[in-house]
Amino acid sequence: MFESTIDIFTNPDTYELYWDGAVVTVQMVFLSLLIGGALAVPLAIMRTSKNKLINYPVWVFTYIFRGTPLLVQLYLIYYGVALIEGIQQTFWWAIFKEAFYPCLIAFVLNTAAYTTEIFRGAIEATPRGEIEAAKAYGMSWGKRMKRIILPSAFRRAIPAYSNEVVFMLHASAIASTVTIADLLNAGRMIYARYYAPFDGFIFAALVYLCLTFGILAVFKQIEKRMLGHLQPR
Amino acid sequence: MATDVAPLVVSDIHKRFGEHEVLKGISMEAQKGDVISLIGSSGSGKSTFLRCINLLEVPTSGDIQVHGENISFKTDKRGERIPANNRQVEQMRARLSMVFQGFNLWSHMTVLENIIEAPVNVLGISKAEAMDRAKEHLERVGLYDRKDYYPAHMSGGQQQRAAIARALAMNPEVMLFDEPTSALDPELVGEVLKVMRGLAEEGRTMIVVTHEMAFARDVSNHVVYLHDGVIEEQGNPKDVFENPSSERMKQFLSPKY
Repeated sequence: MFESTIDIFTNPDTYELYWDGAVVTVQMVFLSLLIGGALAVPLAIMRTSKNKLINYPVWVFTYIFRGTPLLVQLYLIYYGVALIEGIQQTFWWAIFKEAFYPCLIAFVLNTAAYTTEIFRGAIEATPRGEIEAAKAYGMSWGKRMKRIILPSAFRRAIPAYSNEVVFMLHASAIASTVTIADLLNAGRMIYARYYAPFDGFIFAALVYLCLTFGILAVFKQIEKRMLGHLQPR
Repeated sequence: MATDVAPLVVSDIHKRFGEHEVLKGISMEAQKGDVISLIGSSGSGKSTFLRCINLLEVPTSGDIQVHGENISFKTDKRGERIPANNRQVEQMRARLSMVFQGFNLWSHMTVLENIIEAPVNVLGISKAEAMDRAKEHLERVGLYDRKDYYPAHMSGGQQQRAAIARALAMNPEVMLFDEPTSALDPELVGEVLKVMRGLAEEGRTMIVVTHEMAFARDVSNHVVYLHDGVIEEQGNPKDVFENPSSERMKQFLSPKY
């Protein structure tokens, strides 16, 4: 048993495999969070609107994407879209025939839904008096949003959002089920090549663990810098 | 010159919340340098009246004139009265700055950032100039050494003085004070009243909703006693406090224990 372990971890190919997988995972997660987060800002603002026509569609979106498994969403987008009649003749096919984009789309929509609700909660928790002061000092709706409500809400959202980032990193492992060569896929390759499930998956798990600690360390710094105004002295 | 125009004229303000009429026709005029105290028991409508002046509450009827300019209203789809022109309201609010009972400083900003926020982003003053002026105002309220503190790290009295500096930074024509000392511990009330007295003495136009009778009597030049949504009595503080003509005012002023 240990012979294969030595084989595996003395072979430089192994590290290259994991490195490439980690790069794919980090890229996918980072892109999903970036685009999903950017979508979540306007969606969260819409979600706090008193106008039902604006608020309700966003509510439906977040409930569908938070209420169903990410894996199902991924399968629907990856396998389902390919079967839409005629799509193979349109330019969309260039996007959907690769696994990467359907996967990215599923992740983006999923994280956008969760992040929207995180931001919505943070926006609604803005102290009423602070909004009132912004009004009383002549700020328009746009200025209040930009200068007072969002900066204060984003800060409040940081702890909950760091959970979402970690969750997204772990959830991204399902990308390997649609042929994407991510970090979990590297573990699977080692398993298949050497028939060494422990070596393959434990090493993958360790890399996920390191990435998670990295994320948490970054957020700890961000919280220290951005949430100073909420901490007791 | 335009200096003769009253900074603020409010006429016949009514405010109704559902069936309940809180304000039943209140008129008031502030000349430059006036310090008007609004007194009355809780629920008399004095805070609502103050909030109607800068349209944090939209009066059901009545007119507001800031420096000769009438605020225009229209009726929305549901039949409620709303300002006709948001831009006009924003400009008007920028000329009347407000100090709140709960301070309402922006908690994610330091004191200095709180003070320059509206001058820079509403009045369009350059950041450098706003900082210079903020320094003066902070010294004025005795908080220069706290300029980089967050509101949560200061006492209530300090927060309220910072809020007054924020109000001063707008160089307002009228300052509205909504029970500025009611949320403070008794030993912190004095430091805030002292700053307000200084402002009154330098000729600021102020409208102050307050429960501090000594302040109303000693600092203001006009006292308005509200009861049940109407002005029950008003006049110069000496007359109102020493010789109240209305029965209710007498009761209000008499010791309760």
